[in-house]
Amino acid sequence: MKTHTKMVPVPSQGIIPERDLDKSPVLEIVRLGIDFGGLTAVEDFSLIIGRTEIAGLIGPNGAGKTTVFNLLTNVYEPTRGTILLNGRNTRGLKTYQLNKMGIARTFQNIRLFKDLTVLDNVKIALHNEMDYSAVEAVLRLPSYWRAERISTERAMELLSVLGMQDMAGSIAGSLPYGAQRRLEIVRALATNPSILLLDEPAAGMNPSETAELMENIRKIRDVFNIAILLIEHDMNLVMGVCEGIAVLNYGRIIAKGTPEEIQNNPTVIEAYLGHSGGEQA
Amino acid sequence: MEKKLFKSTKSRYILNILAIALVFAVIALLIEGKVLNRYQANLLIPVCYNIILVVSLNLAAGFLGQLPLGHAGFMAVGAYTAAIFTKAVDLPGPLEFVIAIVLAALMAGLFGVLIGLPALRLRGDYLAIITLGFGEIIRVIIVNLSITGGAFGLSGIQGHTNYIWAFVVMVISVYIVVTLIRSRHGRAILSIRENEIAAESCGIHTTYYKTLGFAVAAALAGVAGALYAHYLKILDPSTFGFMKSCELLVMVVLGGMGSVIGSVISATGLTLLPELLRGFDDYRMIVYSLLLIIVMIFKPSGLMGTYDFSLGGTMDSFFAKIRSLFKRKEAKNK
Ligand SMILES: Nc1ncnc2c1ncn2[C@@H]1O[C@H](COP(=O)(O)OP(=O)(O)OP(=O)(O)O)[C@@H](O)[C@H]1O
Ligand SMILES: [Mg+2]
Repeated sequence: MKTHTKMVPVPSQGIIPERDLDKSPVLEIVRLGIDFGGLTAVEDFSLIIGRTEIAGLIGPNGAGKTTVFNLLTNVYEPTRGTILLNGRNTRGLKTYQLNKMGIARTFQNIRLFKDLTVLDNVKIALHNEMDYSAVEAVLRLPSYWRAERISTERAMELLSVLGMQDMAGSIAGSLPYGAQRRLEIVRALATNPSILLLDEPAAGMNPSETAELMENIRKIRDVFNIAILLIEHDMNLVMGVCEGIAVLNYGRIIAKGTPEEIQNNPTVIEAYLGHSGGEQA
Repeated sequence: MEKKLFKSTKSRYILNILAIALVFAVIALLIEGKVLNRYQANLLIPVCYNIILVVSLNLAAGFLGQLPLGHAGFMAVGAYTAAIFTKAVDLPGPLEFVIAIVLAALMAGLFGVLIGLPALRLRGDYLAIITLGFGEIIRVIIVNLSITGGAFGLSGIQGHTNYIWAFVVMVISVYIVVTLIRSRHGRAILSIRENEIAAESCGIHTTYYKTLGFAVAAALAGVAGALYAHYLKILDPSTFGFMKSCELLVMVVLGGMGSVIGSVISATGLTLLPELLRGFDDYRMIVYSLLLIIVMIFKPSGLMGTYDFSLGGTMDSFFAKIRSLFKRKEAKNK
């Protein structure tokens, strides 16, 4: 189950929470695979992610990276393989149940609740932190007011982690692109995950925004003490923040290792050069 | 920072309660003081049950983002349930009517779950098709049962619904929708409209909340049906057809998908309009179509968009303006 410290402290309080000190992996993926009709999009995908590791998943366009995220969150049901989240097999669990168990994600093509305020976007993600019933809500009992007040404070705290507290009242869809990406991260964090999946968080960002994002990724790991698995095409970012990297090509992992190992791996270089040549054709 | 008189949400609720009490007092004075004649006074009742129908449909269409095409079917379920109950039992009037309304809500809500669940488990517009079928099927069932009076309709229903009942039940119904929307459950419902996959990824049990939103909408349509049955005192199955569902949907769209106050205004306006214009009934659908076209051209989001009026907020900005006026004067005098 989720390791619930109901209130994960945020930097303003200057406390690093003692989350799980055991070194067991948060996520174990064993020989995962999926077929779309005749197309095998991901095959024999195995990966272990440590409890507070920052890991990267890279590969050419169409390699199957986003599909891996969709398998991990059961947006697509795996055809083969096993996923263990905090030691528990996730087979058959729905997306929302997996989120409750500790997997949160962002999307390659941003999926905010864009007609709602920034604050409401985060409070929707705090849904399961509140426990009043619909009847208590309609009768506006004290339990409603208390939970709403606490979750608003909590949402503001979370927003302040990525410097968004002043945008709380804005409509999410009206935010600048970079802020929308940050809001997606805050929203994912609000569900109190043990692993955060980021799908191309730096896409469309300029170099200074990307540098800030790198800082933020480290900060999130340190403050929330969680694992992060990110997909990214920006090699500076990947090599800069990731402790371990897996390279995917045509749905299969072709290399795993530290940033140095990956940078010097001939198969990887070949896959990237070969593919970019193919793209121009 | 501007000082806010109605800063606390709780004081805003008190303000709203006072405002509603005031509206009711005015209506009661007009009616009891015979300023309005009997006919005009009676108009308040259809206004009230139509407000309930349109606001509840807006919950399913505007807030949940589904397209229900059989709202009149749930109204029929409520109307017949309540009418059959009050005809069968002999309890003190108000008690009997309260039970009838609750039964109507429960029965229509149950139908909402049964109809909604299979369609809402899937992503996409299956609900439109299923509710379209439901609206017709329920009518056929009513026509063919003996307990419902068949095609001749159900008559001899007691006239429990007066303007006080109608107003109070309407206020409670609208209150339920508004408070539900502004809760974690309501936000879950909104998140489904906004982006279903993202909602799931945020831990929202989307099937549950879709069904909840749809069932509450159905239950409130049932409540409106109960008011309707005990106002007309006779039920005719053909009045609950697809045209009625369409009419309600038009009112929702005109008022603004996702605006409660918009629904209240459009339900009131489009209920009173036919009464003010003689012979309107012949042109009803033409006028609706024209209104719809005009709104779509000039304000596609409906009369009120997704805006919802807040008395506290409006009063705050009003007082803020007055204060700034005074300040300007003071500055001039100096
Ligand atoms: N629902 C689906 N049905 C059929 N094929 C799919 C589906 N989703 C993905 N694919 C295919 O699976 C392959 C991998 O797609 P995926 O989106 O995972 O790539 P990616 O590595 O994320 O690429 P990019 O870097 O462009 O985001 C592609 O060939 C894609 O067309
Ligand atoms: Mg992708």
